[in-house]
Amino acid sequence: MTLFLPISNGGRIPRAEVPHLPFDSFREEALDIVKNGGKVVQFFAYEDQGELKFLTVLRTDRLLAAGCDAPDTWPSLTCECEPFHLFEREMAEQFGIRPEGHPWLKMVRYHENFRGAADPFGNDYTKDIPGNYDYYQVAGDDIHEVAVGPVHAGVIEPGHFRFNCIGERVLHLEIQLGYQHRGVETLLKNVTPKRLPLLTENIAGDTTIGHGLCMAQAVEALAGLSVDDGAKIIRTIALELERLANHIGDLGALCMDVAFLPPANYFGRIRGDFLNLSLLLSGNRFGKGLLRPGGVRFDLNDEVRKTLNDRIVELKPQVEHVLDLIFSASTVRARFEGCGRVSRDDAGHLGLVGPAGRASGLSYDVRRWFPTEWYGYLKVPENPKPSGDVYARALVRRDEVLQSLEMIQSLIDRPVTTRVVEGRMPTLPPDSLSVTLNEAWRGEVSHALLTDDTGHILRYKVKDPSFHNWNGLAMALRDTGISDFPLNNKSFNLSYCGFDL
Amino acid sequence: MLSVLKNRFEQGYRTCNYPKEKPAVFPRYRGRPHINKDADPSVVQACADACPQEAIDAADKTIDMGRCVFCGTCERISEKTFVSFSGDFEIATANRSDLITDGTLPDLARHAKQHFKKLFGRSLQLRQVSAGGCNACEADLNVLATPFFDLARFGINFVASPRHADAIVVTGPVSRNMKTALLQTYEAVPEPRVVIAVGSCTITGGPFYGSPEVAPGLESILPVDLFIPGCPPHPLTNLHGLLRFFK
Repeated sequence: MTLFLPISNGGRIPRAEVPHLPFDSFREEALDIVKNGGKVVQFFAYEDQGELKFLTVLRTDRLLAAGCDAPDTWPSLTCECEPFHLFEREMAEQFGIRPEGHPWLKMVRYHENFRGAADPFGNDYTKDIPGNYDYYQVAGDDIHEVAVGPVHAGVIEPGHFRFNCIGERVLHLEIQLGYQHRGVETLLKNVTPKRLPLLTENIAGDTTIGHGLCMAQAVEALAGLSVDDGAKIIRTIALELERLANHIGDLGALCMDVAFLPPANYFGRIRGDFLNLSLLLSGNRFGKGLLRPGGVRFDLNDEVRKTLNDRIVELKPQVEHVLDLIFSASTVRARFEGCGRVSRDDAGHLGLVGPAGRASGLSYDVRRWFPTEWYGYLKVPENPKPSGDVYARALVRRDEVLQSLEMIQSLIDRPVTTRVVEGRMPTLPPDSLSVTLNEAWRGEVSHALLTDDTGHILRYKVKDPSFHNWNGLAMALRDTGISDFPLNNKSFNLSYCGFDL
Repeated sequence: MLSVLKNRFEQGYRTCNYPKEKPAVFPRYRGRPHINKDADPSVVQACADACPQEAIDAADKTIDMGRCVFCGTCERISEKTFVSFSGDFEIATANRSDLITDGTLPDLARHAKQHFKKLFGRSLQLRQVSAGGCNACEADLNVLATPFFDLARFGINFVASPRHADAIVVTGPVSRNMKTALLQTYEAVPEPRVVIAVGSCTITGGPFYGSPEVAPGLESILPVDLFIPGCPPHPLTNLHGLLRFFK
């Protein structure tokens, strides 16, 4: 029997019902759950009437929530249980508090804390990132260091990668992010409500639907808005289109990185075709403007439905043929197999989610475990792969591409009707909490929305799957050739802005 | 090998004929706004109040496309009596002020820096810098290299080093943590150099306006030569901007 409260994905919970435990029992119970196979969905601090508090949501086969008063310093949970590691660092950075004994207390995004407390990292924030921080170093003969970024060679987002190598072999990769920090959580808390949808759509543009859904569902839960079946189907289609475009683009890019150019170019183009299907639906290639609390802003009338169906029928064999081309090429297998392996054990300790987790044998998928929208009625297969290498990550994506195509086809078989909404923001009830989770293409996206005693947003916490997975990439590079970095990086393809917020 | 050839056959020739012909864009796409100057002032005011980007000037009856993210809220609220978004994707401008529009835009080709056409009209090398971008602008620039758009056929390429570049293409609201890296990249581009701002974030901060962690627009940091609005700009908007400005 746990002291934590079982909650539902996208439910409304009066904050008074969330168990507020003494810190010691909070810590003990949280550690107990995670040590026995649980995972951290949310763990963050927030200010409530001048008091600093913690709230956590853990998952086993259900979601469990509890809170406590936040001490200024506390014995780090990370010391005993790795999945808390980045969450504790984030709290220290956001509120100037300190998990004592944390094995790697380094800033996360490099910004001043929210309440003007003394900085735990000793940083002067007028100086450039990474501030007062020395990267890990390896010493010895034949050891050398490679520093890459923040500006990379390609057309991609910025981040800094520091490789410690012996010859061509990477001993350790340290990833410093934060360059994309835009102050998203502070904005979400303070802006006029009409700006909320646009802000959440732009947390990570390639995950517009994933983050947009989390926001819409949280607001709907709190305000008691119901969403009709048609809107749920359209949202499900939109999330699968997002998955298709990204997986297909990444599979093409993986081919580019092993110099197999035909599929790289075909999938580069076909990815655009799927982005255009989002445009067909919503007027925007990334689905921006589609989702609002209460439903969707665009319907799936018969004309759009027919075009969507025709395009999928046309694209599906092309996708299948290019996938065959990729996965039957021995040259591709030779480069993908055994490259950048992350063991199931390591993946569990790091708390990997999404395709990266599934490629290391962790079958967790929000669509199966805590289904939202129309997923409860769909057959979402389990996709775990045992090998944890680039090949496994590519295979998971291949399987999901084929499954998403099937899901969309099954959903557009029949007419879909919905009452389109414009999505004026409703007033929110006081002292309430909603936590939402969705399986976006990179894995579990989660938003937690807390209101104060007047119904204003007290805390808006955002977690992108990349928050879990960047350390998976660092782990994959251990003992891997440095020239295989691009390949591994693409196999994860994590979000910089989703992490940096 | 056989399968490579079979796929090649199936894929066929995919490059669009732009700028000779404009490819069709699906009807829900929201491009250059049409504005009805005779609209009911109360409707105009309602649009201005509802606009999440504060992009509408109710007195002047104009929209600032540098702030606008083309969400279409005003079109809905006015039931197209004040604003309706057209399918016209050719919306880049050479001046910030031209983005504040009553629906008309000057011809981009007649900008004040005609010497750029002589310098870069046949070969233009671009260095992209994402400074807080959400990866949508980046993705729709990247896509220009795919066979459908085939940017290289115009002598335009994205290059890895700023030393090899003629211009920087900036995306994102210029986060504080990227400001130095952006300026250093700019400094590394040999003169004369061109600065291109892509996306509403870059032009005004976009949805992040007001955050102390971002700039109020790239112009507060660097001189900008070409403004390409949108959230993100459609790839054809980017392509039009580059071709019309430099060719």
